[in-house]
Amino acid sequence: MSSLTVPADVPSVNEDCEQLRSAFKGWGTNEKLIISILGHRSAAQRKLIRETYAETFEEDLLKELDRELTSDFEKLVVVWTLDPAERDAHLAKEATKRWTKSNFVLVEIACTRSPKELVLAREAYHARYKKSLEEDVAHHTTGDHRKLLVPLVSSYRYGGDEVDLRLAKAEAKVLHEKISDKAYSDDEVIRILATRSKSQINATLNHYKDAYEEDILKQLEDEDEFVALLRATIKGLVYPEHYFVEVLRDAINRRGTEEDNLTRVIATRAEVDLKNIANEYQKRDSIPLGRAIAKDTRGDYESMLLALLGQEEE
Amino acid sequence: MAEANAYAALTKAFSGLGVDENLFISTLGKWNRHQRQSYRASTPGFFKEDERQFQRWNDQHILQLRQEFLRLKDAVLLYTMHPWERDARVFKEALLLKVPRHDVLIEAACTRSSEDLLGARKAYHSLFDHSIEEDIAFNIQTPERKLLVALVSSYRYEGPRVNDDLAKSEAKVFVNALKDGKKNLIEDEEIVRILSTRSKLHLKAIYSHYKEITGKFLDEDLDGDLTLKQVVQCLCVPQAYFSQILIASLKLDVDESAKDSVTRVIVTRADDDDMKLIKEEFKSKYGTTLTAKIEEVANGSYKDFLLTIIAKSD
Repeated sequence: MSSLTVPADVPSVNEDCEQLRSAFKGWGTNEKLIISILGHRSAAQRKLIRETYAETFEEDLLKELDRELTSDFEKLVVVWTLDPAERDAHLAKEATKRWTKSNFVLVEIACTRSPKELVLAREAYHARYKKSLEEDVAHHTTGDHRKLLVPLVSSYRYGGDEVDLRLAKAEAKVLHEKISDKAYSDDEVIRILATRSKSQINATLNHYKDAYEEDILKQLEDEDEFVALLRATIKGLVYPEHYFVEVLRDAINRRGTEEDNLTRVIATRAEVDLKNIANEYQKRDSIPLGRAIAKDTRGDYESMLLALLGQEEE
Repeated sequence: MAEANAYAALTKAFSGLGVDENLFISTLGKWNRHQRQSYRASTPGFFKEDERQFQRWNDQHILQLRQEFLRLKDAVLLYTMHPWERDARVFKEALLLKVPRHDVLIEAACTRSSEDLLGARKAYHSLFDHSIEEDIAFNIQTPERKLLVALVSSYRYEGPRVNDDLAKSEAKVFVNALKDGKKNLIEDEEIVRILSTRSKLHLKAIYSHYKEITGKFLDEDLDGDLTLKQVVQCLCVPQAYFSQILIASLKLDVDESAKDSVTRVIVTRADDDDMKLIKEEFKSKYGTTLTAKIEEVANGSYKDFLLTIIAKSD
């Protein structure tokens, strides 16, 4: 469930634009005003705001935000304000620029989005970067990472619930053999994880558990970077909420919060399933997500995160 | 004398692509029992004198004729169908054969626009409850698999921007691989990366640079690997590829799959500028027009249908 809260009587787009404009005027910036507006508008509303702002003031709202805001707060607001497809394209681009450490972001986008959303992200990528997502991912990765990531970002999985149980059994066997042999980057492992539908993979993993009485994720606890990507792939595909809870726990509990990861998860899930993720988080850590965030972050950044979580402190 | 001409005409009506329905009606239909017997006796190519004293029709030919009578139906269905559904069915049929037709898969994956290839993937979901990539990956076990999956999964950038320096350096990858006489190029990571992810404009730039550097055409130098040769042709010089297929298939004595390719190529390239360019290439390369070749080898309504389709681009 979405955690985003939008006021029942939402001001008109023109009013929102005027208010945002006024937030930038004069000395400093009225961050609270920005949070109170942008932090409470849906993707469709934000898109309309950007278009209207550009028509009315002949300025790009995102550029203004970039100019007026700073550091983590700015990154969060900009990433949030983008429309989901553009946002994913932007995040993917950033991930390809960094070293292998950010490859899991590519896995995250490829696996936790619906097949349709992934295609929209690829379209947005063309428009923004004049390249295809897969060509940049291929160019910036090598070996096993490329072998896994390119098919993942290029996939257009069947989105239905139909499942072939016989196939699930056969493919669970294949996975079990390969993983027991530590053949993690075997062609068959990649074929199954990169092409089968999410329902089919779910059925395969259920069978895996029943037949071999092993949790495939436990078998993939190697410290190896590639194996970590495989884990993320599986989690992202069939247990996305657990996946996001782990990213959040890791981001918040580490010495010096990993803001980028925190920002990305909150911004990308607020309108999707952040409420469910927050519930899972609380089950796991016995502390509500909002409280954990409040403890570890400060200022406007904290306020915006909490706003998106639907848990503002008044 | 008149008889000999009439027999020759009827024999022609039973040979080549499609059948001449009108001739059957105007000539054959008027013949009495003796006249038809006379025809059979004079046409040893089709009828053999059986030991039990009757002219027996060659079994192969009867089977073949069944196909010829259906040829127009196949063309009409293919032509009327939404291109996405059409291509989804083309992919499926190519995969269902005892030995999957890689060339048909490559043709469909590489000569469609990015939107049309994506559309075919969507239609495939609807028609078959699977993704194309999962079916290809599952049904093809040979080394071509990775390349084929990658080609069908691509969503290439289609804009005008090309990084020429990059194209030049990627051309060198081909130059070096071919110069070194590398084996199994089809499994070379870099070759697969370049062919399956770069935009068509970028690939054409590579094709040009290759010519500048070596004085030869890349596809000609790939005679040692027909799959790669076809991929390069389909991506860089599709008109040459299509013309080649047509000249090889528009003959009287070819097998069923060659005949099918006539329908497939003409129907799928019927629109936009493609057919015009193919006709031009055909004429310049083979010294005769596509129209003349079709007249020579095809019959009846099927022939008329093909000619009408290709005339649209005049």
